[in-house]
Amino acid sequence: MPQVTLTVNGKSHTVEVEARTLLVEVLREKLRLTGTHVGCDTSQCGACVVQMGEDSVKSCTILAVQADGAQVTTIEGLAAADGTLHPMQEAFREYHALQCGFCTPGMVMSAIDLVKKHPQGLSEQEIREGLEGNICRCTGYHNIVKAIAAAADVMQGRTPELARAG
Amino acid sequence: MNVTTHPSEGIGASVRRREDLRFLSGRGQYTDDLNRPGQLHAWILRSPYAHARIDGIDTAAAAAMPGVQAVYTAADIEAAGLGGIPCGWQVTGKGGQVMAEPMHPVLASGKVRHVGDPVAVVVAETRNQARDAAEAIAVSYTPLPALSTMAAALAPGAPLLHDDAPGNVCFDWEIGDAAATDAAFATAHKVVRFETTNNRLVPNAMEPRAAIGDYDPHSGEHTLYTTSQNPHVIRLLMGAFVLKVPEHRLRVVAPDVGGGFGSKIYHYAEEAIVTWSAAQLKRPVKWTCERSEAFLSDAHGRDHVTTAELALDREGKFLGLRVSTLANMGAYLSTFAPAVPTYLSATLLAGVYTTPAIHGQVKAVFTSTVPVDAYRGAGRPETTYLLERLVDVAAREMGMDRIEIRRKNFIRPDQFPYQTPVALQYDSGDYEATLREALRGADYAGFEARRAEAKARGRLRGIGVSTYLEACGIAPSKLVGQLGARAGLYEVANIRVHPTGSVSVFTGTHSHGQGHETTFAQLVSEQLGVPLSQVEIVHGDTGKIPFGMGTYGSRSLAVGGSAMVKAMDKIIAKGRKIAAHLLEASVEDIEFSNGQFRVAGTDRAKAFAEISMAAYVPHNYPIEEIEPGLEETAFYDPKNFTYPGGCHICEVEIDPETGEVAVVAFTACDDVGRVINPMIVEGQIQGGLAQGIGQALIENTVYDAEGQLLSASFNDYAMPRATQIPSFGVSTSTTLCTHNPLGVKGCGEVGAIGSPPAVINAVVDALRDYGVTHVEMPATPLKIWSIIHAKDGAALPAAAE
Repeated sequence: MPQVTLTVNGKSHTVEVEARTLLVEVLREKLRLTGTHVGCDTSQCGACVVQMGEDSVKSCTILAVQADGAQVTTIEGLAAADGTLHPMQEAFREYHALQCGFCTPGMVMSAIDLVKKHPQGLSEQEIREGLEGNICRCTGYHNIVKAIAAAADVMQGRTPELARAG
Repeated sequence: MNVTTHPSEGIGASVRRREDLRFLSGRGQYTDDLNRPGQLHAWILRSPYAHARIDGIDTAAAAAMPGVQAVYTAADIEAAGLGGIPCGWQVTGKGGQVMAEPMHPVLASGKVRHVGDPVAVVVAETRNQARDAAEAIAVSYTPLPALSTMAAALAPGAPLLHDDAPGNVCFDWEIGDAAATDAAFATAHKVVRFETTNNRLVPNAMEPRAAIGDYDPHSGEHTLYTTSQNPHVIRLLMGAFVLKVPEHRLRVVAPDVGGGFGSKIYHYAEEAIVTWSAAQLKRPVKWTCERSEAFLSDAHGRDHVTTAELALDREGKFLGLRVSTLANMGAYLSTFAPAVPTYLSATLLAGVYTTPAIHGQVKAVFTSTVPVDAYRGAGRPETTYLLERLVDVAAREMGMDRIEIRRKNFIRPDQFPYQTPVALQYDSGDYEATLREALRGADYAGFEARRAEAKARGRLRGIGVSTYLEACGIAPSKLVGQLGARAGLYEVANIRVHPTGSVSVFTGTHSHGQGHETTFAQLVSEQLGVPLSQVEIVHGDTGKIPFGMGTYGSRSLAVGGSAMVKAMDKIIAKGRKIAAHLLEASVEDIEFSNGQFRVAGTDRAKAFAEISMAAYVPHNYPIEEIEPGLEETAFYDPKNFTYPGGCHICEVEIDPETGEVAVVAFTACDDVGRVINPMIVEGQIQGGLAQGIGQALIENTVYDAEGQLLSASFNDYAMPRATQIPSFGVSTSTTLCTHNPLGVKGCGEVGAIGSPPAVINAVVDALRDYGVTHVEMPATPLKIWSIIHAKDGAALPAAAE
């Protein structure tokens, strides 16, 4: 079986995989990083989004062998070592941008990449379009959009911390 | 009980959710995240045919594949003496005719009845091995005619899906007074007729279903981990009817569950399969559904075809209503299916109006499709859609204003309690108040200027209103028993005060997105006067919680919260006795508030934690009169349904070039009774609205004539995305429920119930210049484009919808 070495959340792992094994299967089943979820089988829902190198990717759409040598960050790797949440995680909590929590890891990972790729900030419409690849069935997106806008301000230094949501 | 409000973390505070930290850091524990030592994996082979005879199943090649531990078919299930999947509700139709209730086998036996019907199970060391082996099973089928639609199933001479369901009819049922309704129609100034299909939906909670069976051969205990909204109900249905395992040998755990919307209420065959096969193989067995498989095996929702007639007098007062519905049950009866079109739908036909005479009929039909059951709203969205479209059609035919005709027929606040002609008695509501607030919030008065501005940009703008109520907080056990429910619908709370005054609350409800761990903790914290951080909420495990009926029908706070109040009342009553002893006062003189037991009119008091410590260290204690310890259990059986209601206003813009409908504004004012956590309530309403907009504009479940599900993946079934849903204007306006101790009504489903007709009313309004009186859901771009361009005389586009 092929052998794959990848760095996940700063830690190097070497795993044996079948040729058909997906990155998400390595994360969930080999590394037991079960924060990355599988919500569909057509690369539509985005529950499995992780950061790979410079981009967010749907880890159900990447073969494990394609991730050989890659740097991967999952939802488990976002918070600081002392437990301090990433501003995007904090904003999701503050703005009630999650309900059942299942789409949340992928939503947060997509949102961080979206903000990073728009250093000048994002309009509401740009946020909504940026979430095209992430489906949430619970929230109606309203609070997710607000949370991302607030986190973008923090990440891009426009406000020192999250304003307390209404 | 006195309800007070606490500014920072009690009732009325938007406390941030305590469950969020684990979900946001990837530490949630959903069923598929769990792995048991030595675990095997199951893969289910499903029928590719809608309706076929099974002539033979050859499993030999599959059984010889690498890693395969077992292959099971119906023969194994039958040899083991397992029962069928039970239905939880028996509807009795016209003339006392009990519904047809065909066997629903765990694995298809003799015949398959829908695409996706489970035929065989492979259990192997890995999921891939099980999946590969399933492809090696050879099933010989003789295809039979598909019954893809209710029309096909009801056609004269149609083949029978089940031998014991003549005419493919499950039941033919009625409610209300037919003669009185006929008499009302005889005096009518005008009769308005409306026909509609409430489109079939797939609930699509983002977490696919999963189940792990485990078995301890030493104790004989079975454990099932499952994606369920109601683990005790699964234990009852699966244990008593399918596996025949007593409760003390069967533990059902529903850990973190990623959304339900009704689809995870039901007992599914896969739960029985993993639990049973784990005991056969003496190893844990895990099954995780793929999304495409979920489309073929999760219960669907809606799918009613209805004809309605409304009789009005000269002034536009409603005199009578006649409704006839065909309700699609799918291939088998799912747990609550018979109740949905009947007692959860036709009982709402009065809506918010004083219509004095109503007659409803429902014929439930078996078809060769996935079973249909409750989906967010469960029957109430169907009736609300029917009524609120019908009222708009009536206003147009009467030449009346859409708001005026509603106001003319509203049940007024001074008419409560209000007895409808279709069994329900509403306890409270103020429909004028929610209408007024929504009209203000939506700037309804300023709409024509926005329409004109849009027209100048080449867009067709429309506005639609829906004024609705629903019945939830299900339900009084005696009443539902008379109506055919095979279970009680009370709820259970066990409250364990620990020696130092911290509190564990064990609830029979289940949270799968609703934030119970926060809301319930706020409630208990406030009532017992202990800090929020000292309260934990435990749910989802029959091994920990005495009993419970679970979460659906917006019942968790109204019924489960009321059970907590009852249990807390017992805690406080016992605490007063302990305090009386310690303070050398009479029990009658002890008052409890803000966590202090106080001798009335004095400063002599004991803190809650002092009382709990005394209860567990009973050195100075009235031990002859009361037992040590401080733990109470209460069962709460509701006295009535609860009746949330309100007004939803939708504004759309249509691009006539593409037919695309954009929701540009949505305003909702809902009366959900007392609000514990406004942030969570607004989130529930926003989510419901998105599902309602999805139903109205894009979601649809499509079968072809052969019974193949064409919309069977997220590539083909349109799930609402962030660009298709607007920012919402959501508010609440409260009248209290009069019959539960908290005055709460329920907020989980109102968004999905009230919104679809508001959207379609807006679409029809936008198209008013095209002579359009109705657009069926979903109002897709093709449908709208075709309407607009048919008017222009242009050819329809060739693409099929």
